[in-house]
Amino acid sequence: MYRNLTIRQKQIVWAWAFLAIPILFYTVIRFYPTGNAILISFQDWNLLGDRTWTGFDNYQTLFADPVFWKVFRNTFVYLLIGTPVSLIISFVIAYHLDQVRFMHGFLRMLYFLPFMTSAVAMAWVWRWFYQPVPVGLFNNALASMGIPQFPFLQSTTWALPSVLAPAVWAGLGFQVIIFMAGLRAIPRSYYEAARIDGVSWWTVLWEITLPLLKPTIVFIVVFSSIGFLRIFDHVFNMTTNNPGGPLNSTKPLVLMIYETAFSAFDMGYAAAQTVVLFLVLLVVSLIQLRILRDS
Amino acid sequence: MAVTEIRPTTDALLKTDAPKKPANMGQIIRWTLLFLGGVAMVMPIAYMISTSLKWPHEVYNLKLIPDEPHLENYTYVLEDGRFYWWFLNSMIIAVITTVCNVIFDSLVGYTLCKFRFPGRYIVFIAILSTLMIPTEMLVIPWYLMSQQFGWLDTYWGIMFPGLMTAFGTFLMKQFFETVPDDFIEAARIDGLNELQIWWTVAMPLVKPALAALAIFVFLGNWTAFIWPLIVTNSVEMYTLPVGLSSFGDEADVAWELIMTGAAISTIPTLIVFLIFQRYIIQGVVMAGLKG
Repeated sequence: MYRNLTIRQKQIVWAWAFLAIPILFYTVIRFYPTGNAILISFQDWNLLGDRTWTGFDNYQTLFADPVFWKVFRNTFVYLLIGTPVSLIISFVIAYHLDQVRFMHGFLRMLYFLPFMTSAVAMAWVWRWFYQPVPVGLFNNALASMGIPQFPFLQSTTWALPSVLAPAVWAGLGFQVIIFMAGLRAIPRSYYEAARIDGVSWWTVLWEITLPLLKPTIVFIVVFSSIGFLRIFDHVFNMTTNNPGGPLNSTKPLVLMIYETAFSAFDMGYAAAQTVVLFLVLLVVSLIQLRILRDS
Repeated sequence: MAVTEIRPTTDALLKTDAPKKPANMGQIIRWTLLFLGGVAMVMPIAYMISTSLKWPHEVYNLKLIPDEPHLENYTYVLEDGRFYWWFLNSMIIAVITTVCNVIFDSLVGYTLCKFRFPGRYIVFIAILSTLMIPTEMLVIPWYLMSQQFGWLDTYWGIMFPGLMTAFGTFLMKQFFETVPDDFIEAARIDGLNELQIWWTVAMPLVKPALAALAIFVFLGNWTAFIWPLIVTNSVEMYTLPVGLSSFGDEADVAWELIMTGAAISTIPTLIVFLIFQRYIIQGVVMAGLKG
């Protein structure tokens, strides 16, 4: 039968044969669970008992929960500090590294190395750095210089930036590499023209480099924002004795979801939180694309 | 992101084309600052390794080179065999997932790129749309599914969510655009079937992209934490990150042991990186720009 088909028909058969397993996979492992998560978010269910429909109860509970708003705020603090800080630092590094020839590859390797580490391992390393005297590296260094101790993970104000620091650190190398590729792609002739015109480097930076780097900036902003909004590994591992603590001051949305679902087994409530996370990611990405593309 | 036009090849992107200038004061200062920054970047890794070679009483001093480096911590940590298990589990999972992604993502990417058939656009958009769904939204349904089918605490349970990725599919589709249709047409005339054409003609032409995809998928699975944490519950089934997390809690304040565990899970990827540095950085650039 296959023999009698035209070339075009044969191609259609092949295409669907190639896609059969993947379509099954995406349906069962991606689409069905997505629908299921939304469905569960309208139910009350503790895994053991019956699933009961509760309409928007989970969402109402969530929006009335002060812990949720604390967590929501934390999640955005991670984003609003993490994204700009890592963007600026990685641009500055890439901008200068791009103009260095001597041992260029070696310097690049130093900056990129942290990207190859696992978040869990490094969270524990940084956790040790942050310990009070006489354990932690940072406080020991401060003490040896006669500077008073810094509370890092113990303080409700400083715990969040302390948890964020290793996340920014680990991602810098990736962003530097992407920025350097973006810088390399800018035609040399633009710079030569500017030099002939005697334009200052500052003007060159603002009028040539940054505008032409826009696609790269958009990519890095969207990509790193999604990462910071979904922060979990670092927080979980740096605060295992009191997850998200002290006093929920470091707890991001994903950690709240994890605890609701797998410590409290309140599946409906946790599912509602995941739907909120999804909407947050969607809205933030769309706003960023809109602003950065148009401006 | 559609940033592929007008770009030189990734290889060219990695070469320095900074004009060779005689070293002046500004250049020297720039280099020194970059060097110091780079050293600061690797300090956490250096301290992790250094502490793993220290005796407990030395842990709290700031010296980077231990007075009497030794491997006792490694012997102690590896003694009960848990780290071997975790290492093995992580390796098996990362390797199988990587192979699966390389095969299926490229097969789908190839099909969507080179075949014309009704429904092609819908399939493409459907797969692309899954990029918007965060993993965290799916973990609850995945957990329920695993519970129902007995996948909890098994390799399959840890692996199944990542066997194919939309990111990889999209990446490979972009790269198959660079394979000329004439090559495929010629192979067809030579009497190869479509499966042979994909595997023997198209795949070898996108090897660098396959390498980039493999690196990303491997690293992602090697360091994956939240899903393995949820789906495993017996110590023998833990992956390295999950194992390390529970080990850290248990070792409490024996920081030299925790640093040893962290080093065990980090050093393999660092070695791989140092060997394949060039390809890995190239891969990151390709995946970053085309993905």
